[in-house]
Amino acid sequence: MIVAEKLSKFFGSKKVIQDVSVEVKRGAITSFIGPNGAGKSTLLSMVSRLLKQDDGIVYLDGKDVHKQKSKDLAKTIAILRQSNVVQMRLTVRELVSFGRFPYSSGRLTAEDEQKVSEAIAYVNLEELEDKYLNELSGGQKQRAFIAMVLAQDTEYILLDEPLNNLDMKHAVQMMKLLRKLVEDFGKTILLVIHDINFASVYSDRIVAMKDGQIVAEGPTEDIIQSDVLKSIYDLDIDVHNISCNRICVYF
Amino acid sequence: MLKRKIILLILIALGLAGLYLFIHMNLQAMEYLLRTRLEKILAMFLCAVSIGVSTVVFQTITQNRILTPSIMGLDSVYMFIQTIVVFLFGSGTFVILQSDAYFFVTILLMVGFAFGLYQLLFRRGENKLFLLLLVGLVLGTFFSSLSSFMQMIIDPNEFLLIQDSMFASFTDVNTDLLLVSAVIIIALCIYIFRYRHYFDVMSIGRDHAVNLGVPYEKIVKRMFLVIAVLVAVSTALVGPITFLGLLTANLAREFLQTFRHTYLLIAASLLSVIALLGGQLIVERIFSFSTPISVIINFVGGIYFIYLLVKESKKI
Amino acid sequence: MKLIYLLIITVLLAVCSLFVGVENVSFSALWNLDEEAWNIVLISRLPRMLSIVMAGTSLGICGLIMQQLTQNKFVSPTTAGTMDWARLGILVSLLVFTDASPIWKMCIAAAFALFGTLLFMGILQRLKQKDTIFIPLVGIMLGNVVSSIATFFALKFDLVQNMSSWLQGDFSLIMEGRYELLYISVPLLIIAFLFANMFTVAGMGEDFATNLGLPYKYVVNVGLIIVAIITAVVILTVGVIPFLGLIVPNIVSIYRGDNLKNSIWHTAVLGASFLLVCDIAGRLIIYPYEISVGLMVGVIGTGIFLYMLLRRKAYA
Repeated sequence: MIVAEKLSKFFGSKKVIQDVSVEVKRGAITSFIGPNGAGKSTLLSMVSRLLKQDDGIVYLDGKDVHKQKSKDLAKTIAILRQSNVVQMRLTVRELVSFGRFPYSSGRLTAEDEQKVSEAIAYVNLEELEDKYLNELSGGQKQRAFIAMVLAQDTEYILLDEPLNNLDMKHAVQMMKLLRKLVEDFGKTILLVIHDINFASVYSDRIVAMKDGQIVAEGPTEDIIQSDVLKSIYDLDIDVHNISCNRICVYF
Repeated sequence: MLKRKIILLILIALGLAGLYLFIHMNLQAMEYLLRTRLEKILAMFLCAVSIGVSTVVFQTITQNRILTPSIMGLDSVYMFIQTIVVFLFGSGTFVILQSDAYFFVTILLMVGFAFGLYQLLFRRGENKLFLLLLVGLVLGTFFSSLSSFMQMIIDPNEFLLIQDSMFASFTDVNTDLLLVSAVIIIALCIYIFRYRHYFDVMSIGRDHAVNLGVPYEKIVKRMFLVIAVLVAVSTALVGPITFLGLLTANLAREFLQTFRHTYLLIAASLLSVIALLGGQLIVERIFSFSTPISVIINFVGGIYFIYLLVKESKKI
Repeated sequence: MKLIYLLIITVLLAVCSLFVGVENVSFSALWNLDEEAWNIVLISRLPRMLSIVMAGTSLGICGLIMQQLTQNKFVSPTTAGTMDWARLGILVSLLVFTDASPIWKMCIAAAFALFGTLLFMGILQRLKQKDTIFIPLVGIMLGNVVSSIATFFALKFDLVQNMSSWLQGDFSLIMEGRYELLYISVPLLIIAFLFANMFTVAGMGEDFATNLGLPYKYVVNVGLIIVAIITAVVILTVGVIPFLGLIVPNIVSIYRGDNLKNSIWHTAVLGASFLLVCDIAGRLIIYPYEISVGLMVGVIGTGIFLYMLLRRKAYA
């Protein structure tokens, strides 16, 4: 379980995150939603130790994240941030192989190779595995990075806007894949996501943020309500039940 | 494929070394010539390895292909020390410049300079590598303007002494120091080589590296100091060659087209060896010692740098 | 601070500058129309004072123009390599056209400076990494490359010590007949004042400027030509004065803000008074000898620049 206690973060004198406390349940997809600049990405970065908080503590399975060995942590928690620019000339397979670094320290065993192949197959990139990253489309690149995170084989997976650059088909595929990871392997997935309908349909719980604070959290059906959404987005949003899914209309 | 390219580089380096060793051999003076030439080759090898390795690592930790550790300002510190010595001791300087103690004092001062920068900037928390470099560079400019002020008022004959030390040269390397330098340089290179897999991961960016369990900041800081020592030792041994590393580290990347530091580190060292041996052959046989090797290498490396900036700037 | 106070201070400093020096010139001697005193003033002191005022003013404005065009507080003739290109130009003019007149030397130096600055601007636009710190880093490295190329040629033709004297801005050799080239900067400064607002708009980027109906390329080129010619003239008559173009506009922007209309006059006047202070101090510190103004500005400028860098968050 991930528990964040009273996290705060300043950039200069500006408070980006203010006394945020949150608990994330295991074996579920939790989506973080909210307007731009709410602090969602910052929160995810702090939970995954990419960014050090100015105040507060993050506990991962009861232990302080910053007091653990980075290498051990890399076997439990994986994060993928939004913009992933790699200058190096890398093939898809080479990139995905990096995901095994916490286990192999650079020397891949047969088991590692196996895991890499599985991860590539999971995102349907088998045919492209020897292509260089700069030859891929935005969506293919995004999937390659997801594969790297999958190869890392961690209990917790944190994804910052994983649907960026993906077209509708691949976005749906991606969300189905994440769902499957939860159901088949009991993974715990944290997402920052802008499209509230994707959040509504695929996540178990939703945490809504605004101005560096959490304004609402709970099971998906409690959050996807007109009045709650209004308080988050300052926008009139109708919620309709369409074939068992709660769909928001805000156009 | 990569291994084959490395072997090719080794063969070229060995070929050049052989050529350098035996060219214009005079049978009467063979023993003497062989010994001095071997010493020169060893000096070149040490200098090449320390510069090649330190530049590759430096570029990886700064995430930037157009930087080189020489811009930390160490060269200017070195020049400043030389100028002060000549300024204070005048023509008696030659003895001092050749002494072992002087060698260690210069290394200490250069490392001290780098360590001061490090304390000043890394201790303040965040990882401000670019700021650190700019501060180093500006301090470097400061030391150069002090040096050139002194150089202006120095007697032109004594100035020649400084002019000699402005440029790296392998013609009069102090042999006593070769062994000490060899021990330091090889030890540090082995230390760096143990981190090669970390560097691979670091080259795909900080966030990915941290995510994969690399203690990124710790390695950056540690490597910064190791690099400073490597550059200081090689500068104190033969003098400054600012753009050698820039040239060979990038050629290694171009030639191998890989991110694997096992190969990059070796290739950059080998290419540096080739550049120095080739350069030295040209200096001795074509320019007949009139132009110091570092001037030629800086000339070529500098032009390559501009080319790199113009061509690659979109990627940087 | 009101402009008028700054002006009064500058005039006072300028008057002081006339009376400081090895030959004692007293006010009463001038009053009594002492011929020798007047000669000293007219032949040496007045030219010196005028050239300081012109160099200070124009370098300050140069820095301001470059900072506006690049929208980067740390760009100036020193940190963009302009100075090094101009020096290379002078060297080339000395080598190729041995007995070129000063005007020709200036033209060649200015052409080199212009080329170098255009190259820098071109690279700047293509760089992905628009980090405020990274850009001057690239500029200074480019400058180092150019000066190492200059060293290559200087060494071949035995001009190294000469070249390091161009590194040092020095007013002590200024006298009647040796500074008049600086007057070229006066009309250029007038143009700079007329274009002032357009530089700011052009700095916002080509698309932005074009959208506002500004002939972007034309404005940028005018700015860079002014910078190049002024830099060349100053180096040719006085030598390199590092960092002046960097710190003066920055100091002004701290207390006047960034609107060019408000700051350009202050920059001009502060540039002159800053250089006057440095020159007077340089003449007094080791009296009767002189510390060259290049060194004084180098020392003081480095200090201020570092302070600005390290406290960057406070205002930049």
